[in-house]
Amino acid sequence: MADIVIDAKGLACPMPIVKAKKGIDSIQTGQTMELHTTDKGSMNDFKAWVNQTKNELVEAREENGVFKFIVKKV
Amino acid sequence: MATTIKAMTPQELTKKIIAQEELFILDVRNESEFMNWKIEGVKINLLNIPYFDLLDGVDDALDKIPDGKNILVVCAKEGSSIFIAEQLAEAGKSNIHYLEGGMKAWSDYMEPVKIGDLKDGGELYQFVRIGKGCLSYMVLSGGEAVMIDTLRMIDVFEQFASDKGAKIKHTLDTHLHADHISGGRLLAEKTGATYWLPPRDATEVIFDFEPLEEGKEIKVGHSNIRIQPIYSPGHTIGSTSLIIDEQYLLSGDILFVESIGRPDLAGKAEDWVADLRSTLYKTYKGLSDDLMVLPAHFGKISELGRDGKVAARLGDLYKNNPGLNMQSNDDFRSAVTENLPPQPNAYQEIRQTNMGRMTPNEEEQREMEWGPNRCAVHDK
Repeated sequence: MADIVIDAKGLACPMPIVKAKKGIDSIQTGQTMELHTTDKGSMNDFKAWVNQTKNELVEAREENGVFKFIVKKV
Repeated sequence: MATTIKAMTPQELTKKIIAQEELFILDVRNESEFMNWKIEGVKINLLNIPYFDLLDGVDDALDKIPDGKNILVVCAKEGSSIFIAEQLAEAGKSNIHYLEGGMKAWSDYMEPVKIGDLKDGGELYQFVRIGKGCLSYMVLSGGEAVMIDTLRMIDVFEQFASDKGAKIKHTLDTHLHADHISGGRLLAEKTGATYWLPPRDATEVIFDFEPLEEGKEIKVGHSNIRIQPIYSPGHTIGSTSLIIDEQYLLSGDILFVESIGRPDLAGKAEDWVADLRSTLYKTYKGLSDDLMVLPAHFGKISELGRDGKVAARLGDLYKNNPGLNMQSNDDFRSAVTENLPPQPNAYQEIRQTNMGRMTPNEEEQREMEWGPNRCAVHDK
């Protein structure tokens, strides 16, 4: 279970990542954040952002049209 | 002083590109999307900074953006470009625009450009889908219209024909397209027109069509403007060119202004090299040098003329086009089969859709068409 869950379902770019950034800023190193989004377009952006910020993408999966990512703050 | 941001429509952007106006584009998509496909123009300067690198503020971008020029912020759909454009304006930058509808709208926009007059008041129009590099054509004469290589956005063609007081009688595809979804069949169904497709490209289609073959002739309007099919295989085995009114050569994806068609999109590169060679170096060579070549695609912005047309005289292409100037068969073979650019996005699904074997919804179709057309040998 992630330390924080960000619900960005129904939101379009840039909001899923804006919310994810707020989420990751609010947790401690070693903690995890789970992001839920329905915006297919922000999937690649999200992966690129995680990579860029040097955090760790632990899991990425799709469930019934909802994309779920778990990121560990490094 | 507070500045406000303005929307720039795809049409306004197209006019600027054709007029070769200066424009600075800040593309805020991620790097791989940007590298794959971007807006190009002779006097366009491009800078790519993903919006998610600017979430802490746009300060890092400010000194890279020139003052006193028109600035256009671009993203996939427009949301992120507005988000960044507003921050740039708040930071004191002026002349900030965002691309209305983003790359998605850019991909769909078509600019109608008049190519020329035909006899007895007839007209030939080219529809330049500038974002993706696709071209459709409409022949108008005596209240009738014929569409060639109809793109997916058929409402635009219906409206255009209606504004011209013309009824669409025929829609023709020069070949089974692999980079974009043809609107030819749907437009024909909607308007009661006849849909034509080269039979050798249609062996797997699941709908009825009229075979587009050499020897048949399509006439438009009372003045009988002639459309003559010429069998010209190589990009696909069925590829058929059209001579219109003895003046224009619609070359499909066989011959482009600065390149030639690739033979591999239906998976038969080795088999079709000889066909492509023969079409370009024998069949076309036997046609009049004065024919105006009008292709179905362009790959480079330099192929778009100052008047917005993508066109060239056949005789000039025999002098200048690298694809028509390879003397040895071996050089030609390696040029058209080796080190080809990546294939167009979803090209197999697009072919299946054009055969009627897949029926994606509109949003799925738009996604399949994402990116440049990549139908030419020299597109990188």
